[in-house]
Amino acid sequence: MTNEKRSEGDGAVADSPTRMERLVAVRPRLLSFARLHLRNNALAEDAVQEAMMAAIEKDASFAGRSGYETWVFGILKYKILDVMRYQKRQGRLQPLDDESDDDAIDRQFQQNGRWQDDARPEHWGNPDKVFENEYFWQVFDACMITLPDNIARVFSLRELMGLSTEEICRELDIKENNCWVILHRARLRLRACLQQGWLKEETA
Amino acid sequence: MMMCKEATRLMSLKQDRRLTFQERLSLRFHLSMCGACRQCDRQFSLLHRSGERFEAGPDEGAVDDHRDAADPGAERRD
Repeated sequence: MTNEKRSEGDGAVADSPTRMERLVAVRPRLLSFARLHLRNNALAEDAVQEAMMAAIEKDASFAGRSGYETWVFGILKYKILDVMRYQKRQGRLQPLDDESDDDAIDRQFQQNGRWQDDARPEHWGNPDKVFENEYFWQVFDACMITLPDNIARVFSLRELMGLSTEEICRELDIKENNCWVILHRARLRLRACLQQGWLKEETA
Repeated sequence: MMMCKEATRLMSLKQDRRLTFQERLSLRFHLSMCGACRQCDRQFSLLHRSGERFEAGPDEGAVDDHRDAADPGAERRD
């Protein structure tokens, strides 16, 4: 454990938090990230625990090229992928075969392909303001939970874990086209859910 | 002519790969005429940033690049 070796080269002042303090501080965010992806508290706790231990052990290899928190998140992402690969080998991942399950999407459009009146996307406000809004992300997390496991997994691999669709296909043994179809569905469902929960509350 | 549902497919796709010239053209044309789809396009872009909110640290603002070595998504396209 070499947290007193902090801040080499970046000219940090003496009262800036040590890496160990930063690791402790980032734990809740690591946990909500892992929960969002793994959808299981115990698995998420384990993954975070392992990532934090790895971060402490590998502290000396933190190069300072990215922020410390980003580095720790990188470790957590690997741990989460490991868990997911293990689940896949155990046959515990719900397969991605439901091409027909399109109801939630069809409800947003008319027969002719135009938006339904009650589903029309509305202005959510300044994106940067929305991005900073904690309540928005609470609604987002709640909306993620309403997604079926298999759709949420692909969305999360893409948008939370930052994998390319090509990498996702390799991880899940699916065709890239299938991946794009699922992401399209996930985004449409999430935007509809967010619009319901976020705008309705904002304007109430 | 492309309808909204198909337009959302391209809006989603463009978050994951570079659209072809033809796709970009039809999407741009549709967006120029459809306010609802322009909002949808912004919403998809916001969803695309949903991973960012977790990673910012106390002095992350001073750091040049958000994604780095240990990050499996380092080559993530924007």
